[in-house]
Amino acid sequence: MLYSDKVLEHFANPHNVGEIADADGVGEVGNAKCGDIMKMYLKIQNGVITDAKFKTFGCGAAIATSSMATDMIKGATIEDALKLSNQAVVEALDGLPASKIHCSVLAEQAVKSALSDYYRRQGVDPTPIVGNVEECEACHGL
Amino acid sequence: MKRFVYADNAATTQISDEVLDAMMPWLKEGYGNPSSIYALGRGAGHAIEDARKKVADALSARPEEIYFTGCGSESDNWAVKGTAHKLAAKGKKHIITTAFEHHAILHTCMSLEKEGFEVTYLPVGPMGVIDAQQVADAIRPDTAIVTIMYANNEIGTIQPIAEIGKICREKGVWFHTDAVQAVGNVPINVVEQNIDMLSLSGHKLHAPKGIGVLYIRKGIVLPNLIDGGGQERGRRAGTENVASIVGLGRAMEIACADIPGKIARLTPMRDRIIEALLKVPMARLNGDPKRRLAGNINVSFPGVEGESLLLSLDLEGICASSGSACTSGSLDPSHVLLAIGLSHEVAHGSLRLSLGDMTSEEDVEHIIESVPPIIERLRAMSPMWEHMMKGEIVL
Repeated sequence: MLYSDKVLEHFANPHNVGEIADADGVGEVGNAKCGDIMKMYLKIQNGVITDAKFKTFGCGAAIATSSMATDMIKGATIEDALKLSNQAVVEALDGLPASKIHCSVLAEQAVKSALSDYYRRQGVDPTPIVGNVEECEACHGL
Repeated sequence: MKRFVYADNAATTQISDEVLDAMMPWLKEGYGNPSSIYALGRGAGHAIEDARKKVADALSARPEEIYFTGCGSESDNWAVKGTAHKLAAKGKKHIITTAFEHHAILHTCMSLEKEGFEVTYLPVGPMGVIDAQQVADAIRPDTAIVTIMYANNEIGTIQPIAEIGKICREKGVWFHTDAVQAVGNVPINVVEQNIDMLSLSGHKLHAPKGIGVLYIRKGIVLPNLIDGGGQERGRRAGTENVASIVGLGRAMEIACADIPGKIARLTPMRDRIIEALLKVPMARLNGDPKRRLAGNINVSFPGVEGESLLLSLDLEGICASSGSACTSGSLDPSHVLLAIGLSHEVAHGSLRLSLGDMTSEEDVEHIIESVPPIIERLRAMSPMWEHMMKGEIVL
């Protein structure tokens, strides 16, 4: 598996690992059977993500994309965080092997899932804002 | 300096100095084509025959029963496809194998299924050892071949080859064994064990990659897999890989000289690592604790994913492998671990360490010191482990 130095760096010393006890939104995607679970915790104030943390069960790419995605949304407005694409995460990591692209999709979905949870806690239906957070295609059929 | 520990000898091995020394003359001045009439070529021809004898001696076979091939996978393909195609003409279109063979056998069998052959995949049981009686019960009048691995590449379990050989001989069914992991690690005698065909590979025994052997018992003639020139007595075409053949001959001589000594040296190392790793909470050993290769360790750590475990070990200078989906190149974890009954969730967290001739006591210490803290670190950031601890995922 040819990982970029950036991926290896984020794997060896991932940023934002952990939980946020009083998180305003928590999202979890993936499943143990597939070998990937990402859980993301967000602290949100005045529409801005002031803190983000994650816990991930998965391969090197899953951990590195979680680290990078949380870095990218910290300090961002919800609006900008919703625009975070898996492709942007991949580019920020200087690329991922083709078989690992689904890990970046999972990271994007983890952010969206946590934001959906945030809206639900506010009594707002997240679907029109966040859209449907779909399970990764790789998991279909298992 | 960071310690470097190579614990992936089941994947491949380093070419040893003795083997490289034996090979060098045939890469440089002895470059002649063995099929040539002049002295330069004849010398290479003699070197091949000398290597053939060494391989034969190590297996208690005869030199004329040894065929050099390009790799273990080619040997497996030749044995199984060759037998199937030959015996199909006699109406024998049934193959018996196990569910946890190497892909060189499994995918060959699947390819034959598409051609209309019927394959029985024997279940292997939770310990990863099949019972010879299962083979006896599966043999039918139309069975062409039984192909069962000598030792499993992932969990190292050793199969009852002599018993299976006896059953097959009595029933008149050809018996092939993929012995790629076993050669040099367990004593093999193709005559006493009634083995009709046996595959082996050079790079598992400190010889180079790209050289294999198929032993075919005298009396069995398989159709060729590779047609062309008259090399290997007309049965496997292609200009001989002289240097690698010589290297393999030397490697076999060394590897099979003192197998009991190797077993006696590696077994305590293996068992010390297993004992240490099983102290990690919820760790489980995969495969029979005793009936396994002296250098094989395969442990699952639920809540941890194998590839991130391997990357973490790499940061500690340790080379190992895993049966996780992420390392198998597919969505499913190792078919071997699933065959012995592991769930996908547990199979993802497996670690295989395979010790070898160059493994030292210091290597063992480094492994024992490095693995548990890595598991702890990965579990601390694993939502799966969190779910397990809360009882939300029950394995």
